[in-house]
Amino acid sequence: MQISIQGIHCASCVVTIEQALRTTPGVLEATVNAATQQAHVTYMPGMIDRAGLAHAVEEAGYTVSQEPAAGETSVDRADQDRAREYTTLLRKFWFAAIISIPVIVFSYPQFFPGLRDWLAPGSVALRLAWAALGVLTLPILFWAGSHFYTGMWQALKHRQANMHTLIAVGISAAWLYSTVAVIVPQVFPTLQLAQTFYDVTVVVTALVNLGLALELRARGRTSEAIKKLIGLQAKTARVVRDGAEVDIPFEEVLVGDTVVVRPGEKVPVDGVLLDGSSSIDESMITGESIPAEKRPGDEVIGATMNQTGSFRFRATKVGKDTALAQIVRLVQDAQGSKAPIQRIVDQVSHYFVPTVIMLAISAAVIWFVFGPRPSFIYALIVFVTTLIIACPCALGLATPTSLTVGIGKGAEQGILIRSGDALQTTKQLQIVVLDKTGTITKGKPELTNVLAETGFDEDVLLRVAAAVERSSEHPLATAIVDGAKARGLTVPAITNFKAIPGHGVEADVEGYHVALGNAKLMEQKHMALGRLVAESQRLADDGKTPMYIAIDGKAAGIVAAADTVKEESTRAIAALKRLGLEVVMLTGDNRRTANAIGRQVGVDRVVAEVLQQDKAHEVQKLQLEGKQVGMVGDGINDTPALTQANVGFAIGTGTDVAIEAADITLISGSLTGVVTAIEISKATMRNVRQNLFGAFIYNGLGLPIAMGLLYPFIGVLLSPLIAAAAMAASSVTVVTNANRLRGWKPKSMRGEHR
Amino acid sequence: MSLPNILAIIVGFVLIGGIAWFFWGPRRSGQRASLTSRGYQEAMVLVKGGYTPDVIIVQHGKPVRLTFRRKETAACSEMVIFNDFGKSAQLPTGEAVPLEFLPEKAGEYEFSCQMGMFRGKLIVE
Repeated sequence: MQISIQGIHCASCVVTIEQALRTTPGVLEATVNAATQQAHVTYMPGMIDRAGLAHAVEEAGYTVSQEPAAGETSVDRADQDRAREYTTLLRKFWFAAIISIPVIVFSYPQFFPGLRDWLAPGSVALRLAWAALGVLTLPILFWAGSHFYTGMWQALKHRQANMHTLIAVGISAAWLYSTVAVIVPQVFPTLQLAQTFYDVTVVVTALVNLGLALELRARGRTSEAIKKLIGLQAKTARVVRDGAEVDIPFEEVLVGDTVVVRPGEKVPVDGVLLDGSSSIDESMITGESIPAEKRPGDEVIGATMNQTGSFRFRATKVGKDTALAQIVRLVQDAQGSKAPIQRIVDQVSHYFVPTVIMLAISAAVIWFVFGPRPSFIYALIVFVTTLIIACPCALGLATPTSLTVGIGKGAEQGILIRSGDALQTTKQLQIVVLDKTGTITKGKPELTNVLAETGFDEDVLLRVAAAVERSSEHPLATAIVDGAKARGLTVPAITNFKAIPGHGVEADVEGYHVALGNAKLMEQKHMALGRLVAESQRLADDGKTPMYIAIDGKAAGIVAAADTVKEESTRAIAALKRLGLEVVMLTGDNRRTANAIGRQVGVDRVVAEVLQQDKAHEVQKLQLEGKQVGMVGDGINDTPALTQANVGFAIGTGTDVAIEAADITLISGSLTGVVTAIEISKATMRNVRQNLFGAFIYNGLGLPIAMGLLYPFIGVLLSPLIAAAAMAASSVTVVTNANRLRGWKPKSMRGEHR
Repeated sequence: MSLPNILAIIVGFVLIGGIAWFFWGPRRSGQRASLTSRGYQEAMVLVKGGYTPDVIIVQHGKPVRLTFRRKETAACSEMVIFNDFGKSAQLPTGEAVPLEFLPEKAGEYEFSCQMGMFRGKLIVE
């Protein structure tokens, strides 16, 4: 276990801590690294735990840093930060909202019958009331709107400008103008100009704070998928120590531990099943809704839910190496990456705020020079409105929020999208190349046909075939033996086993002499095959591998095995074609077998007889046709081809989900994942485009209107109050639209189920 | 045209020019990361309204460790992204978060917050 320790300054500290740890009962070995400020401790779980080790370090006079499991820290902390910020913003909103009531009433006394006569324009009473408002709005500037000023100041120090700059300048201009009008109205040439705009300061602050708070909460929801993932981790594990079962925190499980899991419990870490059997719901990791049957030797994945049986397994991956921890890390990294489209947005937002300020100044000058009287008032209103309506947030939030939701959505379906880049490119794919073995097919041969010549029984035939093949290590032999077992046949013992390389095998079974092999073997034994030749040809045409069986010198029948197609492959390929993609199958098989499988699953094109090392080249050839090519294969043999493709999809290999070469990893290993990934990409990018379109349209329309472009034509001029509401609404809309993606469900594959 | 109008136009132009220069004008050169005994080129970056320093100079081929400390609560800056290196980090308020990577090629690389409002530049020599 790693423990972070604070205050390691010298070599002697290292010795002291090591000594303290080593003399603690239960500790086997302890090494301290002064550079990383960490202690690496090997200990006997059950005798001592993390708290005990921390205590030992503290006894020696050092502090242990609190450090929960990887991934958890930052998300939790970010959540707390957001929650705190949200409360503050909401409190500031309510404060400003309450103050806004008297401010609005006394700013426009002419609309309130009781006040109209008492606070006549130009009266002393009105001036006093306005002075009171000026004092009342001070806390707005110093507290409820203070973050606009600090934000502006901090950015200015970096010679940058942001939303805070716009709001701060806007509300300050309104406040300063009003205050001058109250204190020294005589500086204005006419009484008409001595107006106050305290309502602008208060209402804008209130609305923008409300908008920020709502946006913050909505943004918190965009990363719900990753919170869900982290929440999947079982908190404790039941481990066998010294023959007894003890419950320990999941962080303390070591590689090699035997872990016990009962029905209804979560599997705490990754491992290999030792004894017992069960069905396990792995949907939370793989996205596969059908529970997986597990037998000894099968891999179990941490965080999955055991359903029916009890079993024990040996832990193989713990802590930050588990599939779940890797998934969390991958998803976080991907959510922190940028889609290529954002680079353009970044360029725009770099120029956005200063440009808006320039536009506001220009508009104010134009209104002052050419506008109607009182021109100074109009100039001020236009200046403030233009600053406030501009919303860089909507622009900035458009891409990352959708991306966060989209990538999280993928993870929920067992699809790990590496980066924003991969997400965006997936949408543009035109060709999908599928590796045959292990992608379209299961990757290992299975018994497909047993054909008995008249006078022989199918089961008997299979039984003897399995018997002679049991001693052979050929994959086809395994298929026959497994096939016989699957039919509930007992495989008898054999004598005089003889393998004839390149031909087949023979042996004595229950008093018969059995030979099993290809046509050459039969020829060598001068066996008459009769109709079996045609049958054999037919099977071969279907992409299967037939083998003849002869019993006591007479041709008895055929057994055939083939690498069978995964159940969902045909469905997935049809769905890919429906999405408008060309589907190509790539295989090392001979043309006949390849075409047979290709026809069966319905691919558009078959590229056969491709050597393993030439797969990347084939992908490149397709790219030279000017197409965006996606490659689906396993993450081990197909690495060069996956890297060559515009988007590489790696079919999952159990708990090893961090496949370097892959842009997208499909944990479930099913081809339907490719369809879902493309759909997610399309849905997410559509959402991004909607957001960007919305943000550009909003700013593109809002700014000219605020500048008063409509005024000469239809006499419309925006109030700064409406501008503030629009600005707050625009960024909330963008984030809400991104959150709409959370309800997204895969379409193509679901339709097929009906 | 009256005097106030002419004045307003002049003030407007001066302000606009000033803003353009202030925000987009030439910047002072960045801060060089210091080379530590562990072989890392290290620099501390303060996150508050922007990145301080916002231009960091490092040498290529040597690992870089930038420690970010965020001293504000505004949610905009809660993440820092080095897109060219495929690195990003959540920055909880008040916590020092190290980010490590190996710049192999010389050039200028931008880093920014998720929304692109905060930006800085890494110059690899």
